[in-house]
Amino acid sequence: MQRFILLRGVQAIFTLWILSLAIFLSVHLTGDPAAYLLGSEAGRTEYEQLKKNLGLDRPLHIQYIDFLGDIARGDFGKSHILGRPARDILLERFPATLQLASAAFAISLIVGIPLGILSAVKRDTILDTFGKLFAILGIATPHFWVAIMLILLFGAILGWLPTYGRGGLDHFVLPAFVLGWGAMAGMVRLGRSSMLEVLDSEYVKFARVKGMAERVVIYKHALKNATIPLLTFSGLTLAGLLNGSVAIEVVFAWPGIGRLMLQGIQTRDFPIVQATVLAAGLFYILTALVVDILYAYVNPRIRYE
Amino acid sequence: MATATNVAAPVARPGIIKQLPAKLRRLKLPWTAVVIVTVMVVCAAFAHWLAPHDPVGINMLESRIPPAFTSAEEASWSHPLGTDVMGRDMLSRLIYGARTSVFISLVALGTGAVVGTTLGLISGYRGGWVDSLIMRTADAALGFPTILVAMIIVVLMGAGISNIVLAVAITVWARFARMIRGDVLSIKQLDFVTFAKIAGLGSPMIIIRHIFPNIISTLMVITSLQVGQVILLEASLSFLGLGLPPGEPAWGIMVAEGRTVIVDVWWLSLFPGLSITVVVLAFNFFGDWLRDTLDPKLRRL
Repeated sequence: MQRFILLRGVQAIFTLWILSLAIFLSVHLTGDPAAYLLGSEAGRTEYEQLKKNLGLDRPLHIQYIDFLGDIARGDFGKSHILGRPARDILLERFPATLQLASAAFAISLIVGIPLGILSAVKRDTILDTFGKLFAILGIATPHFWVAIMLILLFGAILGWLPTYGRGGLDHFVLPAFVLGWGAMAGMVRLGRSSMLEVLDSEYVKFARVKGMAERVVIYKHALKNATIPLLTFSGLTLAGLLNGSVAIEVVFAWPGIGRLMLQGIQTRDFPIVQATVLAAGLFYILTALVVDILYAYVNPRIRYE
Repeated sequence: MATATNVAAPVARPGIIKQLPAKLRRLKLPWTAVVIVTVMVVCAAFAHWLAPHDPVGINMLESRIPPAFTSAEEASWSHPLGTDVMGRDMLSRLIYGARTSVFISLVALGTGAVVGTTLGLISGYRGGWVDSLIMRTADAALGFPTILVAMIIVVLMGAGISNIVLAVAITVWARFARMIRGDVLSIKQLDFVTFAKIAGLGSPMIIIRHIFPNIISTLMVITSLQVGQVILLEASLSFLGLGLPPGEPAWGIMVAEGRTVIVDVWWLSLFPGLSITVVVLAFNFFGDWLRDTLDPKLRRL
C-alpha cells in the first residue's frame, strides 16, 4: 500500500509538471500581451520596450525555466492589468471559491449519497420517484440559467436573499445551492444505479439465501461495494465544481478565482491566467490522488497491480 | 450513442431484429422524450423553413414585444414568444438555436466517446506505463478548465462552431476514459478473462469480445449523462462569451443577452433556458430507457 501511494504521488507530481508546461505554452500561444496592452496606435519602440520590461523578449525555454523557479517560490509575476502580484490576488480570491465549492460539495454529499442509496433500496416507492426527479432536474438544468431565475425570484420578486457578492451566510444560499445541485444529482443517479447493480450480484443473493437480515445485507455487504464508483465520481465532481463555479461566480458576482480566471483570459493577463489555472490544476490533481488512494483502499485488488 | 448501440447488438440473442416491432410495443418507450428529441432534430434540420422570421434580423421598432400569451398590449401572434431587445423574433432564434446545439453536441460527443472509450479500454486492460500515460493525460485534460481550452482554441483559430466542438471533445474524452478504465480494472480480474487468456486469445480480441460487452452499461450511463452535459457545456461556453459571436442564435448566448434585463424583459432568458432544460431532460430519459433496454442485467431487476 505504501508503495502504491508513493508511486501514485510521483505520478501526481509528473502530471503537475506536464500541466505547468501546457499552461505556459498555451498561454504564450494565445496572443501577445504587449500588443494587447498597448493597443493598435503604439509605436515600434514603445512595443519593444514593454516587451523587455515584461521579460517577453527572451527565448521561450529561458522564460519557462524562470517561470518554474518563480512558481516554486510562489511568485506568478505581477498582473499586467491590476499592477499587483498575481499571487496576492489569487490568495485573496481563493478562499471565496474554496468556501463556495466546499459548501456546494458538502450539500451534495450529505443529500446526494443517502438519497441515491435509499432510492435503490426502496425501489419504485415515492422516495425513489422523488430521488429520480431531483437527480434528473439537477442534471438537466443549465446552472447559470437556474441562477438567473433564482435571482429573479428570490432577489427581484420576493426580495428574500442577497443576489450578488460575498457576505454573511445568506450570501451562500443561492450560489452554493445552484453549484451543488448538479453534483448532488449526479451522486443520486450514480449511487442509485451502482447500488441496484450490487444488489443484483451473486454475493448479495447468497447473503440473502443464507438468511442474513436485509439490513445487514444492504448496509454491510452492498453499501461498501456500491460506493466504489461513487468515490471516483465524487473526485471528478469536486474538480467539476471549480469549473462550474466560473459561470456561477460570474452570475452572482462572487469574488472567486473562477471569475478572476475568465477576466484574466479576456484581458490576456498572463500571470493571472497562469496562477488561477495552476491553482485549479493543483487542486484537481491532489483530489485525484486522494481518490485513487481511497479507491485502492476500498478495493484491495487494485493495489497489487 | 449510435456507435454503442450498433456494437451492442451482438450481445442480444439472434433474431432480435425480426422481433423488433413486437418488442417495441412491449418496451415502455419514453414517448414524450422521443417526441421532444424528434422535434429538436427536425427544428435543427429544417430551421430555415420552420422559423417564421430571420433569427438575426434586427428591427428596433419591434423590440421588447412580450410573448403572445401575456396580457400585454403589444403582444401579438406574429411573434408568439415575443422579441428581444434588438427586435429579433424569439421563436425563430430558438429554432435556429436548436440547430447550433444539435450539431455541436453530435460531433463533439461522438469524437469524445470514441476516443475516450478506446483509450479507457486500453488503459485499464494493459495497465503499466500505458495506463499511467493515458490516465495522467486524462487527469491533465480534466484539470485543464474547459473555458481555458475553449479560449485558447478561439484565440488561435478564431471564433466559430468547430472550435467549440474541439474544446468540448477535448474535455469529454477524458471522462469516458477514466470511468471505463475503472470498470475494466475490476472486470479483467474476473475468471472469464483469465480463461480467455489461457485459451490463447489475443489482447485485442479479449478487449473486444469479453471486456467491451461488460462495459456497455457503464458506457450507456456515461453517454446518457454526457449528451445532456455536452449540450449544457456548449450552452455554458456560449453564455460566457467563449463560443459563437454575440447575437448569433445559440441558447447560451440568448440566456446571457437576457441576464442584464431579467427584471423587465424576463422572457429573454426564460425561454432559451427552458429549451435547454427540456431537451436535456428528454435526452436523459431516452438514455435511461436505452440503458434499461440494452442491459439485460439491469432489466432483470
